[in-house]
Amino acid sequence: MSEQSLEHSQDKRPTRWHIAVFLAPALLVYTAVMILPLFGTLQLSLFRSVDNVQVFTGFDNFRTLFGDPRWSASFWNALGNNTWFFIIHMLVQNPIGILLAALLSSPKLRFSAFYRTAIFIPTILSFVIVGFAWKLILSPLWGVAPNLLDLVGLKSLFVPWLGKEEYALTALSLISVWQFVGIPMMLIYAAMLSIPDEVIEAAECDGVTGFSQFWKIKLPLILPSIGIISILTFVGNFNAFDLIYSAQGALAGPNYATDILGTFLYRTFFGFQLQTGDPNMGATIASMMFFIILTGVCVYLFLIQTRLRRYQF
Amino acid sequence: MKHRLLTGLLMASSILGSAGIALAQDTTLTIESWRNDDLAIWQEKLIPAFEAKNPGIKVVFAPTAPTEYNAALNAKLDAGSAGDLITCRPFDASLELFKKGQLADLTSLAGMENFSDVAKSAWQTDDGKASFCVPMASVIHGFIYNKEAFDKLGITPPATEEEFFAALDKIKADGTYIPMAMGTKDLWEAATMGYQNIGPNYWKGEEGRLALIKGEQKLTDADWVAPYTTLAKWKPYLGDGFEAQSYPDSQNLFTLGRAAIFPAGSWEISVFNTQAQFKMGAFPPPVQKAGDTCYISDHNDIGIGLNAKSKNADAAKTFLTWVASPDFATIYANALPGFFSLNSAAVKMEDPLAQEFVSWREKCKPTIRSTYQVLSRGTPNLENETWVKSANVINGTETPEAAAAELQKGLDSWYKPAK
Repeated sequence: MSEQSLEHSQDKRPTRWHIAVFLAPALLVYTAVMILPLFGTLQLSLFRSVDNVQVFTGFDNFRTLFGDPRWSASFWNALGNNTWFFIIHMLVQNPIGILLAALLSSPKLRFSAFYRTAIFIPTILSFVIVGFAWKLILSPLWGVAPNLLDLVGLKSLFVPWLGKEEYALTALSLISVWQFVGIPMMLIYAAMLSIPDEVIEAAECDGVTGFSQFWKIKLPLILPSIGIISILTFVGNFNAFDLIYSAQGALAGPNYATDILGTFLYRTFFGFQLQTGDPNMGATIASMMFFIILTGVCVYLFLIQTRLRRYQF
Repeated sequence: MKHRLLTGLLMASSILGSAGIALAQDTTLTIESWRNDDLAIWQEKLIPAFEAKNPGIKVVFAPTAPTEYNAALNAKLDAGSAGDLITCRPFDASLELFKKGQLADLTSLAGMENFSDVAKSAWQTDDGKASFCVPMASVIHGFIYNKEAFDKLGITPPATEEEFFAALDKIKADGTYIPMAMGTKDLWEAATMGYQNIGPNYWKGEEGRLALIKGEQKLTDADWVAPYTTLAKWKPYLGDGFEAQSYPDSQNLFTLGRAAIFPAGSWEISVFNTQAQFKMGAFPPPVQKAGDTCYISDHNDIGIGLNAKSKNADAAKTFLTWVASPDFATIYANALPGFFSLNSAAVKMEDPLAQEFVSWREKCKPTIRSTYQVLSRGTPNLENETWVKSANVINGTETPEAAAAELQKGLDSWYKPAK
């Protein structure tokens, strides 16, 4: 009887071609522009060019990257800088984004649409403009930063930040925070707007208002959004390249203090000045970036996201 | 019948006519270059001069930003979309392209006989048998100074190092001018205008450079560390916040008249002539003691070669032969004072500053930048490392000895000189 019913149901359900047909365009485009290049990169990292012929060398390139003292020093330096870049974003950009969203969603705030737009605008600017503008602002010669500090009598605090090994990376991270703070703000703002008024009203009836209302009611409700923002920041930061390149150049000076994985990859893959490019080692670094990001995303998906509690109204 | 003939003619002309157009159409040559500063000179002077003599060939000058040129060019050559004519960086960058078969062999090109072996050396195989780029110009290093500032403070161009630092002290004490316009943010200023500028006086030009390539000298030898020790002494004479001062910042500081001395390459001349409102002079890198032989960096900088995959090879060769002619040399050297012709024919230059630079060729021994030939073939790349280390030394974050030791260690890791 069970067989019969199975056959019966199979008869009733013909192959659903439309699913494949509807998926096809996106799948094909995605495969052509994302998946194929990704595997191309992974493949390139397993080869080495000997007399202009690509020779399969297994994991030799990875062995060089981690075994050779110079390559590994550059790699760990870049990874360390990248991690710091990420930490600054997590500690500064996201809390400020949440704070701004909380302020914006307050019904008493006037001109909130104006603030929202103003804070979001840097996000749509080109990196080249942001890098150049900040280079000028912070310039010890023509910048407004030394003059502004002078106005309040703090000229002694001015340091040529972008030229000092100890400050350059932090300064650039903060520039990047300035540029991108609009994104967490918008996402959190949207999440806060979707909290139903009944919940807030119920909280108010119970005497939970003001700061404790944010802490006890709103924050738990926007946690999933914060999770998404964290993972977006992680992926964005470990893929970052443009700002460092436009502000510090491909050598990511001073003394590689601002070198992150993206600039390291660029220098290796395309070469720089007298250095000719090495696509194979470049692909090896790109593969490592892919694995790092993959690991980070997996950790988030399987360990964190599954534990986040979701509330439905 | 007549009607049909007419139709036939029309039909034929529509097909053949288009073929005819294709035949009579001008050949267009595209030049790849990093000299975007020279765009106007190519478009207004050089290209018209060539096109007037060679009807039927059109030339387009298509430059990319200097720092992106090598990467962009390599990518274009690999993809087969590069222009017909390739502006050649000196030494290994171009040699690599030739070995990959991307630059054509020009050894037998008409006009190559106009160049000396030294001029051709930057674009030859190691054995000197094959040449692949026509030498265009060299640049000379030295110091450009603000003549008005020097006159006001009663300073004469220093000949020795002692005089040099005395002059810097005097400018600093006066306080009107920043003694020297140089920053370390872009790194290469420190290496190219600093280390490679003053260095030849210490390592005795070609003698030291060739000994380094042969492995007879090391970067940790006193002659190679000394320039770093001198560079470290420059720090107090640079402007406030020089660590974040970029190359255009330095140029502006000098041309606005706020700095007295600019460690320079002769390529600055044409830019400074149009921007500075004051008189300028130049002096060669000061020697250590009065009476020492002076050495200058007279670096082969630009050549031009033929893309091996070019579809217009014949027209391109015509162009290259013209580039090798004294005609081109005269127009080029005068249009771009500071880029000195490598042509054996003497070229008359009008610009006084350029004349000053080129006059050093007679009293000083010329050499080329120490890191360019052979030594920048491997990873880590000696030239790029020199940029970083020179900036570190001037910033004071690394001692001259430590920087030199690091450089030698990097070089040793891949370079085994033939004994």
